Amino acid sequence: MSDAREEILGRVRTALRNVPDDESPDDVRVERAYRRDSGEPHEAVVALFVERVADYRAEVERVPASELRERVTRACERHSARRLVVPEGVPAHTRPEGVELIEDRNLTHAELDAIDGALTGCAAAIAETGTIVLDAGPDQGRRALTLVPDLHICIVPADRVVGSVPEAVARVAGGQRPVTLISGPSATSDIELRRVEGVHGPRRLVVLVVE
Amino acid sequence: MTTFQESAHIALQDTQLRHNIGNATRAIRAKRNDAVAELPDWEELREAGRALKERVLRHLDHYLVQFEEAVTASGGQVHWARDAAEANRVVVELVKATGADEVVKSKSLTTEETKLNEALEENGIRPWETDLAQLIIQLAHDTPSHVLVPAIHKNRAEIRELFERELGIENLSDEPAELAEAARRHLRAKFLSARVGISGGNFGVAETGTIALFESEGNGRMCTTLPETLITVLGIEKLIPTWQDFEVYLQLLPRSSTAERMNPYNSFWTGVHEGDGPQEFHLVLVDNGRTNVLADEIGRQALGCIRCSACMNFCPVYERTGGHAYNSVYPGPIGAILTPQLEGLDRAGSLPYASRLCGACYDVCPVKINIPQVLVHLRHQVVKHERATLDPEQAAMRAMAKVFSSRRRYEVAQRLARAGQWPFARRGVIQHLPGGLSGWTATRDIRPLPKQAFRDWWRQR
Repeated sequence: MSDAREEILGRVRTALRNVPDDESPDDVRVERAYRRDSGEPHEAVVALFVERVADYRAEVERVPASELRERVTRACERHSARRLVVPEGVPAHTRPEGVELIEDRNLTHAELDAIDGALTGCAAAIAETGTIVLDAGPDQGRRALTLVPDLHICIVPADRVVGSVPEAVARVAGGQRPVTLISGPSATSDIELRRVEGVHGPRRLVVLVVE
Repeated sequence: MTTFQESAHIALQDTQLRHNIGNATRAIRAKRNDAVAELPDWEELREAGRALKERVLRHLDHYLVQFEEAVTASGGQVHWARDAAEANRVVVELVKATGADEVVKSKSLTTEETKLNEALEENGIRPWETDLAQLIIQLAHDTPSHVLVPAIHKNRAEIRELFERELGIENLSDEPAELAEAARRHLRAKFLSARVGISGGNFGVAETGTIALFESEGNGRMCTTLPETLITVLGIEKLIPTWQDFEVYLQLLPRSSTAERMNPYNSFWTGVHEGDGPQEFHLVLVDNGRTNVLADEIGRQALGCIRCSACMNFCPVYERTGGHAYNSVYPGPIGAILTPQLEGLDRAGSLPYASRLCGACYDVCPVKINIPQVLVHLRHQVVKHERATLDPEQAAMRAMAKVFSSRRRYEVAQRLARAGQWPFARRGVIQHLPGGLSGWTATRDIRPLPKQAFRDWWRQR
């Protein structure tokens, strides 16, 4: 095995003979002249996020903090969700009423599959692309929770919404926790290159933006 | 080896195929243009995307070692494979060690290239393709014809028939949503019970050891999250220097490939995450000809490809022939420059000619690969490669080069031609040239040289 490693690295070095020995990676100039932030006021950024999430045919609402519990409850009713898995970090005042709330104590895949949905927070959200960023924080739980059940209700605090992709990349500590970007419900373009919602991931995504 | 021209000739007679591909690529071209037009800094992003890849490729040894260290430090195990056979051997051994006799696979061009599925089956391991298009291809015993949408050559009616026949589902409609639902039901149990997942990857981050997988359906998330063991197969060119660089590629790739602001799911994992996802992670780094490409200073840029497929969606040749004519996992303009370099000109020497050099591919490439430049460069290689044979065309071209490179020889040749052309010129045109030159006039007339050349007229003024 290590033979293969040495041989491949040797081939790479031979192939790069024309690169001067004293050139370092940073000598290859990378001009980052693109926009770092969207430059829009925060209110406009949040409004854009809501618009872009809706474009993916996800359900999205702006919700005053005082009404959050009620709106989560209503989303569950709308989707006939009776059993929800909820990571421990999701605040008590956001948990819905009249729904069985299940803690993730090493639930098996089959157990997760029998649950109607997941209620989570998020690490950040991107307005320009209508994207939710999860980094397995305490209010998001492990990756399988937002994957196996067919409904994902995601609470997005307005102050976590950023305008552009570079702002979101800077907010997340990549390389430590697993990161998942979610832009709308599961979809495919594999049949005649036309987008169809609903394949293997959650087919229904509800995004509640809390002021 | 079948040439592109031979395969294209057959493909062009399939009107259903031309209709399917024409329809699909027309739709995606319009969508891609809209998605790109939304970003005022698209050109700046392209330039950064290109430069980052150049940085990685010029220092690939440095980045590979850094990447290996980071993956290992985060609990992953790194394996190296010189060629396809070695890559498959490594993967088969890893699967056997788990005792599993089936695996779930997310779409991976690199494992298509190494023909991993065949190797798994020969060793009694059943691979389940889980990407919808890959599933269609697998059920139809077909091969991919597009890097993003491998089953682009099939329309919904053909897919419905295939599902009814192969999955035993009755009364299916040809609504794409219902077809997707059928795939979901078919694969659900597999995802929940699979012990081993195999994936490709879009990017590897040298700095952190993170792997990124961009997808739409959630099958990639299933394969990389639910099994106990994950094996990721990655070409050695897929590296980017730092986590921060995703600010570029997260904008370039989705808009160029599925023509969306963002594809539904992007997953990033780093080695093993305790209590979350697979607790055993293997990374297989594959060369399989990539170092040959790296050695060519002009051709090297092809390794910067992020597999978005915009070049094939915009190529007037691909639009008419479809992907199978290229006889390669990588079709379209990128395939026309990548395949001959990966597999050699003896096998794929016809591909650099699968283009009319219009440059549409270069215009849309999100990392600015100058595909026309590499095509011309490779045509030159093909000609040099064939020079060993005593070809009359070669001899004629060499003689022409000699005449055109000296003013004196050029003017003498003009005078001789003016004197020699009179038997062939009729009423101001030459319709037939004799002997070896007759090929030139078989389909076109040429104008004879005028009585007085511009040079002579200029001297007499």
